[in-house]
Amino acid sequence: MESTVLRIEDFSAGFDGQIVIKEINLSVVRNKITAIMGPSGCGKTTLIRCINRMHELVPNASVSGRMLLDDEDVYETDPIIVRRKIGMVFQRPNPFPTMSIYDNVVAGYNLNGIRIPKGDKDRIVEESLRKAALWEEVKDALHRKGTFLSGGQQQRLCIARALAMYPEILLLDEPTSALDPKATAHIEELVVELKNTVTIIQVTHNIPQAARISDFTAFIYLGEMIEYGPTEKLFTVPKDKRTEQYLTGKFG
Amino acid sequence: MSVSGRMETGAGMISRTAGTGKSLSRDAAMVYSGAVRGSRNLVSEAAFRRLLRLVGVAVLLLLVAILASLFVASMPAIARNGFAFLTGTVWDPVAARFGSLPFLVGTLMTSFLALLISLVFSLAVSIFLGEYFRRGIASSLMKTVVELLAGIPSVIYGFWALFFLVPAVRFVETKTGIIPYGVGILAAALVLSIMIIPYSASLAREVIGLVPADLKEAAFSLGATRFEVIRKVVLPYARSGLVAGVLLSLGRALGETMAVTMVIGNSNMLPKDIFGPANTMASIIANEFSEATGAVYMASLIEIALVLFIVTAVINIIGKIVIMKMSVET
Amino acid sequence: MKTKGRDLRRRMFFDRLFKGSVIVLSSVCMLPMFFILFFIMKNGISVINWEFLTALPKPMGEAGGGISNALAGTLILILIACLISVPLGVFAGIYLSEYRKVRFTYFSRLSLEVLQGIPSIVIGIIAYVWIVVPMGAFSALSGGIALGIMMLPVIVMSTEETLKLIPDSLKEASLALGVPYPRTILKVILPAGLSGIVTGIIIGIARIGGETAPLLFTAFGSPFMGLNIFKPVSALPLVVFNYATSPYPEWHALAWGASFVLIAFILFLNMLAKLVTRRWKVQF
Repeated sequence: MESTVLRIEDFSAGFDGQIVIKEINLSVVRNKITAIMGPSGCGKTTLIRCINRMHELVPNASVSGRMLLDDEDVYETDPIIVRRKIGMVFQRPNPFPTMSIYDNVVAGYNLNGIRIPKGDKDRIVEESLRKAALWEEVKDALHRKGTFLSGGQQQRLCIARALAMYPEILLLDEPTSALDPKATAHIEELVVELKNTVTIIQVTHNIPQAARISDFTAFIYLGEMIEYGPTEKLFTVPKDKRTEQYLTGKFG
Repeated sequence: MSVSGRMETGAGMISRTAGTGKSLSRDAAMVYSGAVRGSRNLVSEAAFRRLLRLVGVAVLLLLVAILASLFVASMPAIARNGFAFLTGTVWDPVAARFGSLPFLVGTLMTSFLALLISLVFSLAVSIFLGEYFRRGIASSLMKTVVELLAGIPSVIYGFWALFFLVPAVRFVETKTGIIPYGVGILAAALVLSIMIIPYSASLAREVIGLVPADLKEAAFSLGATRFEVIRKVVLPYARSGLVAGVLLSLGRALGETMAVTMVIGNSNMLPKDIFGPANTMASIIANEFSEATGAVYMASLIEIALVLFIVTAVINIIGKIVIMKMSVET
Repeated sequence: MKTKGRDLRRRMFFDRLFKGSVIVLSSVCMLPMFFILFFIMKNGISVINWEFLTALPKPMGEAGGGISNALAGTLILILIACLISVPLGVFAGIYLSEYRKVRFTYFSRLSLEVLQGIPSIVIGIIAYVWIVVPMGAFSALSGGIALGIMMLPVIVMSTEETLKLIPDSLKEASLALGVPYPRTILKVILPAGLSGIVTGIIIGIARIGGETAPLLFTAFGSPFMGLNIFKPVSALPLVVFNYATSPYPEWHALAWGASFVLIAFILFLNMLAKLVTRRWKVQF
């Protein structure tokens, strides 16, 4: 039985008086990978940044509509709590340079002053690093700073850091666009495995990647959601002409 | 709907999550309850941001307060001396006559002479570092030396000048038939010129280094020599940066106190030429302030400080404007 | 053809002449520095001994004596200056960096640049008017405050420069984990920029350590060892000034010694700053 973990209703957002995304309606299915794709500047990054309320950090930001996480309006809750329940991984890996790998993974706890016993901390670190397929590579170097890691490894560290908070949803903002093909493949494998533990929403402008790994795809163009549905259907028999044009590379 | 969140509805979220029938792992429960607890901040975001903005304003207020204090403290003198303060040539505290023209002239003569002397050397150093030796040992050496020159305290410059520069000047003066004071505007200008070289040199060097390579290459490919490229392409391009550097140096020279005080000879008479003793605005304050008796005397010295403040502030602002216009143009 | 050749030779000559002049003039610039350092070392080193560093100054004209009170005084003044300028300066630097797009910030920054250009003697007068007059006495406190005002722009600017170099992605990573903004700044951004901030503090200390003019009518100087911040205090640059301009050769010698210590201190701080940058700097 598939259940909806996130319902986006008539959602619009923008800044400085301009509207970037218009009246989006979307239901994200739990424990599946939902890809959000579209050409550059279509508003897909703005959309996911609205989910974890990062968008409002932009000066003069505006939002309207509802976003319901398990039937609770995200915009009626303390944004701090929202961000702890929804994890985010960014385009370019950004581990904290002054902290060790260990401390990076539990940074969400340390920085927030959430005190947990050392034994639990160790367990969370190992579990998160295993889920991120990084444990074997760093288990003997946990207390070194993460700067010696490759780009792909750093990104997996960021994923582990997000997973350590046991989020409901993991938002991935083009997580492989700064990585080489081998690292990209690693991360794709990892994401597919992760959907069993967490719901994944991934922004991508890499069409083949969306086809490869996602279960559902939403196509956004000029701030509007053009089409949304199971990936296989959307890619083989798109309902909207614009979807078809995008998929065949007529614009991008 | 404006963006605003409310606190403490996280508890609702937890129970609702549990209600979906999804089994909550012990760890997740720990995070969520931690999420509720941890959201009580030491300092709220609004308060922190208010503090930051306050500090930003405080800096401006500090400047305004300094200007206001100088003004208020020199009021007794302004009221009593009026305009004659700036045009009067007699500074006689005993007779309560306060004309500061000797010091204005002394300051201008010392500073401009120092600027003139230092100009050639600053330009040479900036071309050295900006054109000929941008990397390597010679470059590091020169850069270090210039940094050190800027770092030597004024009082040490004055000390050295008193014991080496002044006798040297005296020697030259004896040989050329000028009254051999040794101390005076010339000596002060000489030591000052050494002190201000680093300021114009650094700024000029930066600007010279920013001249686009393709501009120079175009000139080279037309057969110009290095000298011609520097003269006709680099320097004109860097013109505003050079002007700004000169202004900055001038600002520094006008306010320089200790080294000048130690070698300028301390005479309150209007200087006739560069070879005799004099006083600058800074040196008269340094010399007489601790012994100033009487409200008008002290207020007059503070009025000089006020003039000094305004002049250096204006020159610095003009210099910044020139730099800003320069970065807009490039 | 002949004129062309002569013309070219002439241009080549000026080219070489120019380069030569640039090198010569630049080298001449280096001379004063070597000159000054050489004489300070030559005259100063013979004066430095244990007594010099630990004894109090002797009365006028007597031989011997030391600068222990000047050393203590300089340290006290630096401490007070840091207490005032570092917290305020770091926060102002954070403000300038975080609010850099805001209109008002331009005026804030301009104020700092004007502050930096104020002649040191004027700052001394301000400290006199603000502290010495109400207190009715010269004091280390007023001197420290004067030095603090001078140090403030240095701290602010180096903090701002350092924070500007930290990529936004670091802030975002922290905020996305649900870390509140104040904590993000204090526990993620500041630590990332620590080396730059510490370097700024060291450079600031080097700059104010040798300042004399602001102390002339604030700290004023004292022949005693003073640890009371509400009383006048001696300082290295004051000692150099007073001894150098005195008529006694014995005191001139002490001035060389004090100059040596002062220069050594400043050089040490400059090297320390470079070391801190090299070893602590976080690469992005």
